[in-house]
Amino acid sequence: MSAPLLEVSDLRKTYVTKRNVWGKATQRLTAVGGVSFTLEPGRTLGIVGETGAGKSTVGRLVLRLIEPDSGSVKLLGQDVLAMPRKELRSLRAKAQMIFQDPFSSLDPRMVIGAAVEESLTVHADLSKADREQRSLDLLQRVGLRADQMDRYPREFSGGQLQRIAIARALANDPDFIVCDEPVAALDVSIQAQVLNLLLDLQAERGLGYLFISHDLSLVRFLAHDVIVMYKGEVVEMGPTAQLFADPQHAYTRKLLSAIPVAQPRRERARALSGAVLSSLIPPASLASAGVTQGGRPSC
Amino acid sequence: MQQATSGGPASTGTSPSAEANVLEVRDLSVEFYTDNDWVRVVDGVNLAVAPGQTMGLVGESGSGKTVTSLAVMGLLDRRMSRVSGSIELLGRELVGMDEGSLADIRGSEMAMIFQEPRRSLDPAFTVGDQIAEVLRRHEGLNRRDARKRAAEMLDVVGITNASERVKAYPHEFSGGMCQRVMLAIALACKPKLLIADEPTTALDVTVQAEMLRLMNELQSDFGVSILFITHDLGVVAEMCDLVTVMYAGQVVEASPLYDLYERPAHPYTEGLLAAVPDAEAHGGRLLAIPGTVPAPWQWPTSCHFHPRCTYKVAGRCDVAPVPLDVTGDGRLVRCVRHDEIALKGVKQ
Repeated sequence: MSAPLLEVSDLRKTYVTKRNVWGKATQRLTAVGGVSFTLEPGRTLGIVGETGAGKSTVGRLVLRLIEPDSGSVKLLGQDVLAMPRKELRSLRAKAQMIFQDPFSSLDPRMVIGAAVEESLTVHADLSKADREQRSLDLLQRVGLRADQMDRYPREFSGGQLQRIAIARALANDPDFIVCDEPVAALDVSIQAQVLNLLLDLQAERGLGYLFISHDLSLVRFLAHDVIVMYKGEVVEMGPTAQLFADPQHAYTRKLLSAIPVAQPRRERARALSGAVLSSLIPPASLASAGVTQGGRPSC
Repeated sequence: MQQATSGGPASTGTSPSAEANVLEVRDLSVEFYTDNDWVRVVDGVNLAVAPGQTMGLVGESGSGKTVTSLAVMGLLDRRMSRVSGSIELLGRELVGMDEGSLADIRGSEMAMIFQEPRRSLDPAFTVGDQIAEVLRRHEGLNRRDARKRAAEMLDVVGITNASERVKAYPHEFSGGMCQRVMLAIALACKPKLLIADEPTTALDVTVQAEMLRLMNELQSDFGVSILFITHDLGVVAEMCDLVTVMYAGQVVEASPLYDLYERPAHPYTEGLLAAVPDAEAHGGRLLAIPGTVPAPWQWPTSCHFHPRCTYKVAGRCDVAPVPLDVTGDGRLVRCVRHDEIALKGVKQ
């Protein structure tokens, strides 16, 4: 067994939701109440749960983007929580994050070539030309063309922007990426492009992913192990196949039965109404549809 | 059990004959005015919803499904948009109808619920007032009766302790409950057509499951026909009887539910089905549709999908506009090669 990439134990975070007139906390909300797991290189750990389950908070705590109340996080053997700010910066190069909304994670006034170049922080010794070459390589790796380097984020679609965000995350050869709902904002046909890219990169570079999603089918598809969270607590955790085949906790079962699956014969609770399509659309409209199409004015 | 829909609360006087479609859309085109030019965003759409049925309208962002539904509701800005073609609701033509008559129909004969329930409710009024408003506007009820009916509607959509909760404001409700309130407003005047535009997309899966179950129940209780707009093929499988698939402003396929999933007729439908991980999937790769959805001003005049299609043949797919065709088994498909290609559906 290889050394774990990430070791998290008993991570906790609460927020004060009410204070009395003297500023003393009178009510607290447990965002994350004791989460422990380990992640090996080249593996994906999925975190699923509904809104407010604390799954994104876990992702942020692990990278110390927010400070936990207690617990420990060891990344590549180093204690992230005990680390001074300066060292944390260099460690963060090895641990990256991809967010849900690629539009808001890129600077609208910076061309994407420059945006990728900017994140080459640990390669400060590289010459300008080398840095440009490297960012071009990265962008080409995620499926963009050289001539797109000096375009602005607004000129790209959501899927392309998410791939650019991945290129930025890859700039410092990370070992670990937190993917927080990376495809939730994308169209179905585009989702697959981004997910396949994440899979390929994992195979090539042995990346470890913490894959946070509300979509159980996605997690099932991508993750080796799964954590199910509910209101800040881990309700169940285990290897993906086992957890999906034989869920132990009532909440996991509820969550699993709630996913709509694209298999109508299995999903239907209600009988299909019998009407036939051709009877729905009068022949006249079909004929005219052809005509309008043919005679469509160029615009 | 509820008896046939004619006995349900929906039967109010003058309903048309059982066979007539509730909604018939023919050759609907919508153009928007942008950058000193008219851009076509919906291009010759045909669509029909039969009584008591749920028609799914599926497509990605930019496919024109929401604009189509807004055109049906008459909610497009008349100064900035141009609508042509025909939209018939219960036999009445809506295209060209004056705003006053449309306002009479909206809320009484057709109603719509949206993706963001909280944004669709007015934060300054109680939910009871907002349900009562439609009843007073369309059924001329007085304040007291309207309030009473509002409480009944809240109860119908499954909000417990309804007589107290009518006094609550939207911010006191969760997203799922706000969507139930929206449904109560939409169904208050017993419309014949309900347009649901991604009604559960913003909700958590368990809340979504409850909402879908509720919509299924109320559909048979109220005898309402639903045009269900979504991008989620799992939700379609659960809710719809028939499905219309849109791509880049056009209808590319319309099929009965099982056929669509098991024997898709259009390459785009096949791509959509392959792009979502199925129930058992673990590992391997997903089949992505290459490229991206083109913007309306980039649409080819020939088949809109051919630049991304793996079945395209030069000289046939890229020459002329493709008409919507009827297949042997009565489905609608817009593809010149639909007879010759064998497409793959989902596993059973």
